[in-house]
Amino acid sequence: MTLDKLPTDKTARILKVEGHDSVMLRLMEMGLVPGTPVRVRKRAPFGGPLELKVRDYLLSIRAREAQGIVVETE
Amino acid sequence: MSVVALAGNPNCGKTTLFNKLTGLNQKVGNYPGVTVERRSGSANFAGRAVTVVDLPGTYSLISRSRDEAIAFEVLTGHGEEAKPAVTVIVVDASNLDRNLYLALSILELGHPAVVALNMMDVAEKAGVHPDPEALSAALGVPVVPVVAKSGLGVDKLQAAVVEMLNRPVAPPARGWHLDEAVERAVAELKASLHAPERPENAAEGEAVWLLSSLATAERAGTLGTEDDPFVSFRDLGPVMDVARQQLRLLQDDLPAQVIQARYAQANQISAQAVRRGEAPAVTTTDRIDHILLHPILGAVIFLGVMALLFQSIFAWADPLMGGIEDTVGFLQAAATSALPEGALRDLFVDGVIGGVGNVVVFVPQIAILFLFIAVLEDSGYLSRAAFISDRFMARVGLHGRAFVPLLSGFACAIPAVMATRSIENRRDRLVTILVLPLVTCSARLPVYTLIIASLFAAEKPVLGVFTVGGLLMLMMYVLSVTITVAVAFLLKRTLLKSPTPPLVLELPPYRWPEPMSVARRVYERCKVFVRDAGTVILALSIILWAMLYFPRQVEPSFDVQREKMLIEHAYQASIARERNESKIAERQASRDEAWAFIDRRVEAERVKNSVAGRIGHGLEPIIEPLGYDWRIGVGLLASFAAREVFVSTLGLVYGVGEEVDEESVPLRQRLRSEVDPKTGDRIYTPLVGLSLMIFFLLAAQCMSTVAVVRRETNSWRWPAFMVAYMTVLAWSGAFLVYQGGRLLGFQ
Repeated sequence: MTLDKLPTDKTARILKVEGHDSVMLRLMEMGLVPGTPVRVRKRAPFGGPLELKVRDYLLSIRAREAQGIVVETE
Repeated sequence: MSVVALAGNPNCGKTTLFNKLTGLNQKVGNYPGVTVERRSGSANFAGRAVTVVDLPGTYSLISRSRDEAIAFEVLTGHGEEAKPAVTVIVVDASNLDRNLYLALSILELGHPAVVALNMMDVAEKAGVHPDPEALSAALGVPVVPVVAKSGLGVDKLQAAVVEMLNRPVAPPARGWHLDEAVERAVAELKASLHAPERPENAAEGEAVWLLSSLATAERAGTLGTEDDPFVSFRDLGPVMDVARQQLRLLQDDLPAQVIQARYAQANQISAQAVRRGEAPAVTTTDRIDHILLHPILGAVIFLGVMALLFQSIFAWADPLMGGIEDTVGFLQAAATSALPEGALRDLFVDGVIGGVGNVVVFVPQIAILFLFIAVLEDSGYLSRAAFISDRFMARVGLHGRAFVPLLSGFACAIPAVMATRSIENRRDRLVTILVLPLVTCSARLPVYTLIIASLFAAEKPVLGVFTVGGLLMLMMYVLSVTITVAVAFLLKRTLLKSPTPPLVLELPPYRWPEPMSVARRVYERCKVFVRDAGTVILALSIILWAMLYFPRQVEPSFDVQREKMLIEHAYQASIARERNESKIAERQASRDEAWAFIDRRVEAERVKNSVAGRIGHGLEPIIEPLGYDWRIGVGLLASFAAREVFVSTLGLVYGVGEEVDEESVPLRQRLRSEVDPKTGDRIYTPLVGLSLMIFFLLAAQCMSTVAVVRRETNSWRWPAFMVAYMTVLAWSGAFLVYQGGRLLGFQ
């Protein structure tokens, strides 16, 4: 499953960050590396960005970027 | 003096610590060639004088742009800056993993460092208990727990820095390793970076940085552009070739490997050195976000906050600005009566005092906007506002953070341009800056009001509830928004081509803003504006004044003395047999009025012959297709001082007097009755009015905006481009309206 599909308030573990373009590298620099637990905390209305809880902080990314992050639920 | 650098993540309390360390001894400037702000200050560390440099907050050292490379440049001494003797790495204890990631990247560069473990209080509350000693053992550098906000532990931090200054210890070598191919490439590069006088691990750390940054910049497409992170590293020239060669031998996920390896080490350290207790299930931030990011309630609150911000710069700044204008007027009057008559006095009164007034008058709006932004930013709401508005901004190709500056632009472009600083990406910041002057600012309103009231049946009702004037005004705003969005869209796809910026936005926990830090930022913004943009505005004010003023020796086209005498005779005759005191006073007043009228005619002729007047005449062939004559040309020229000056300049050239505003009835009548001497047609038809409004909508008629864009882009190139494209746009728009209107049979 990709991160944009992860139901709100469910924790999952990152399996893979797909593509190594500059944006994906930025996400990894922010701590979204394989093995990291992540949770979708909120979704902005009208298909707006997601709010993630990752490594003790809150990070907002767009659904498009979240599509590149493969996660598995426990 | 030894240099101590402060490095760390955004929102880690680095600036609070910087303020605690340096007090009021701070300097703000720019790093050469980029728009990144350089903040430094002097401080006394346990009796030792040091210079503290506050590096821009960053999540990572890996650089894909010049702006991002600043931190590396300063830390390693590769740029023009003096290399810091000690780096203080500020680490947010409540968000340890991500902060440790950056700390490790900095330590790998091999220079003496001390870690300030900040926000211990916040961490403890969240159930995170880092052990400073265990951290110090794992990182191999001193770790000092501090609470920057209250100043707790700051003295110990200073002592640790002084100890490090006296007996520098290089941090241990990099604690992670990748496969053989990568290690071989690093070793190759390390050999060509090695210099005997530098710390032993410096070459290796820089080799890793160079390889990962080069690969990332390649992917971001910045190499060879003006965003190239390596342009300023001239001393690295031959090394870059080695790096490129080595990179070709490696798998293309090198940066990803490096990031993962570092995070693995950060995880390991935080697992060893942190005891995790019971964390509260629902934090305060969770509860506040539940309301502020609620799909409906959140949107309503967002609109409310933005409306308040808009209202404050639009309306609350008004009395302050009025006060400044009154003070300037008072000073001008005082100087006029105190100084002997002559060009020097006029220069001082109208050029200098007026010019300083042109600068200071923006300070209230800047102060209020930055008060708002500082409070919103420090409380954590500014990021939420970007989160909420991102959906709409992304459609245009802009970042959610461009919303607040664009909204502020409706009040005034000057503070708005300064507010674009929060947009990280240089290209996106530039696009926002370049379209901001298209947003209808409040200085355009007097011009629109004068034109609408003079040339249209403004009060005529339309569909019962509306009036012609109101609908015209609405049309101007709708056009402004449409064109701003369209130009932004175009610029993003042509000149400043770049993908829609990714939204990778930290939503920091909600915190109470600290009044001192807010006040300091407001003061700093005002100071930077007055110092950097103010100089340019003052100079341009004086130039514009001189263009309207010189040459002075102008022979009036009629005999002034004779006309005044005639009036005097008529007056004398009329009061010869008059006994009624009040009648005499009345006649005297009308004589004075008639004299003043003659003086204004002389002044109007002077303007006609002034440099500006001649330029206005010279412009006639260019502006005639728009329906304008030379008088409007002079007005357009003068309005470069500030758009609203157009109104008073028209007053001047029409001999109605300079002290007019958009509500002035004589000026309105004059405009309505003005005819072309050759054809006898009205000059100011509604069509000319429309053409003028379109011109003002689109033209960069504001030197203060030009000055502030120069300050914020650190070059003359972008403001020149802005004026050029907007002038072309304005001319074409006005041309289309005027000529198109005539073709359709309008007047």
